[in-house]
Amino acid sequence: MALDADTLKQLLDTIDKFVENRLRPLESQVGAEDLIPDDVIQDMREMGLFGLTIPEAYGGLGLNMSEEVAVARVFGHTSPAFRSIFGTNVGIGSQALIIDGTEAQKQQYLPGMATGEIIGSFCLTEPEAGSDAASVRLTAKKDGDDYLLNGTKRYITNAPKAQLLTVFARTNANETGSRGVSAFLVDVKSAGISMSQPYRKMGQQGTYVCDVMFDDVRVSAANLVGGKEDVGFRTAMKVLDKGRLHISALSVGIAERLIRDSVKYAAERKQFGKPIFEFQMIQSMLARSQTEMYAARCMVEDAARRRDAGENVAALAAACKLFATEMVGRVADNAVQIHGGAGYVEDYGIERFYRDVRLFRIYEGTSEIQQTVIAKDLLTQLG
Amino acid sequence: MKVLVTAKRVVDYNVSIRVLSDNSGVDLNNVKMSVNPFDEIAIEEAVRLKEAGKVEEVIVLSIGTSASQEQIRTCLALGADRGILIETDVEVQPLAIAKCIKAIIDKEQPSLIITGKQAIDGDNSQTGQMVAALAGLAQATFASKIELNEDTATVTREIDGGLEVITVKLPAVVTTDLRLNEPRYASLPNIMKAKKKPVEVLTPEDLGVDVTPRVKTLKVTPPAERKAGIIVETVEALVDKLKNEAKVIS
Repeated sequence: MALDADTLKQLLDTIDKFVENRLRPLESQVGAEDLIPDDVIQDMREMGLFGLTIPEAYGGLGLNMSEEVAVARVFGHTSPAFRSIFGTNVGIGSQALIIDGTEAQKQQYLPGMATGEIIGSFCLTEPEAGSDAASVRLTAKKDGDDYLLNGTKRYITNAPKAQLLTVFARTNANETGSRGVSAFLVDVKSAGISMSQPYRKMGQQGTYVCDVMFDDVRVSAANLVGGKEDVGFRTAMKVLDKGRLHISALSVGIAERLIRDSVKYAAERKQFGKPIFEFQMIQSMLARSQTEMYAARCMVEDAARRRDAGENVAALAAACKLFATEMVGRVADNAVQIHGGAGYVEDYGIERFYRDVRLFRIYEGTSEIQQTVIAKDLLTQLG
Repeated sequence: MKVLVTAKRVVDYNVSIRVLSDNSGVDLNNVKMSVNPFDEIAIEEAVRLKEAGKVEEVIVLSIGTSASQEQIRTCLALGADRGILIETDVEVQPLAIAKCIKAIIDKEQPSLIITGKQAIDGDNSQTGQMVAALAGLAQATFASKIELNEDTATVTREIDGGLEVITVKLPAVVTTDLRLNEPRYASLPNIMKAKKKPVEVLTPEDLGVDVTPRVKTLKVTPPAERKAGIIVETVEALVDKLKNEAKVIS
């Protein structure tokens, strides 16, 4: 159920206050130490951030898409690493279960995910199945009432912290494409699961990504998402539509932050006897950044509204992600340029955002994949 | 035990205040408004007392325009049980506010009244003291620690020379200082539940209180802009300037 305007405002004001007062002062520390302090994660749990999109019946807030993107935008005002901690529970780590899970599966896991006791992770990508996600090779072979999982998942966000993995595996060896893939809910403590060391990444320090290896991991048939084989890829795509809008909103929020920081810097920094803000080439960079940010914001809000109204927004979500994530890349580049040397050194945190936002054009579908989704949709519309 | 706490709607402390061009007041257009931070400390203290099992009910009171409902909701999300709004469009001043609070004390009979030591808009620091005087209650102002006993409260006060510990008989009025506690962030589920908590709306007339301002604001001006500093060459020059220009030493 959609929140009334007053309650939504209170919610966003509270998150804004938490972001500005609690998280922003820690940005540089988290970047340097590659660690989000436990007490911050505990505060996030107490605030209920892990349950933003989990239905109220399972202890979450049950935000709709418009509300979720509003929250994601506010969380864009600080380092994206903070959002990432609860981001998988809000998005890809819980949505397969919410969208296609059976009632018993939801009862079992969602209340724990809503409080943040259970952190969920989404295991789709493999060494040989990145953009070609349908070519999943990890196998799930029926063995009595169970399945045995074998294979490797790559670049799995939050896996080192997760308790529950949504694993996409091939249940039908005769099919090589998207048909024949099923989704499983796998307890991370299951025998046969091992993880690589977290990767050293270009940005987003404080979040962890690693490979997850499955060696004869026994999973009960009761943990097959929705109880149905071979429809997992469709589930994955539904999950990604939602995640793409979330990342788009996050990109808009980060752009807002970078523009605000840049305006402040330009108004204070003096060269040739006056604030650099007074130079038209600086103004041009800011005005273009602001315009692009606003365009992305309008796109995201429109697509979210349409999704809430029941429309299929697969192509719109792809368009939002394509534009918003590339937009924030350009805005971050402008922010570095406006800050000059100050933008390149660590102290102002601008270079950190520049590195952080680079990921958005890659994960949950690259910019190139978004374009193929949009183009295919155009052809479909032709009939 | 019942606790009454106050929550004034004020300009958020992060906002840079602008004075209206006709010098009639502060520009409130599109400005972020919040609960007065000292009142937020009051709410937090009351909620902690409730969580510790020493208090049964926390009532939050605000006096102002209907927009103050927003601040009452914030306090309900932080853990207050119900709200009272005394709605008026008049620019209420400390004495009028104190009379309204006194009327609610008569009605609700709380054992403890916690208010901020001052609001960050007017910075008057008068309301709590006036309430105590009007209601004939003990007062413990500028509290940095409150301990509730059976029919007394032991309060540590921040005074100029250090800390003073006093014991007051309940019911009493306590005003909060900055170091009393660090207010929590409302949890998001509680924000959603706050909507269902009751808020009673009254008017000063309902309570028989005359809120007509007694003090007239003639003019509001921004503080003088700080002049650029200078670097002096020697200690002697510094002493000379402090003595003869700034006249801060003799």
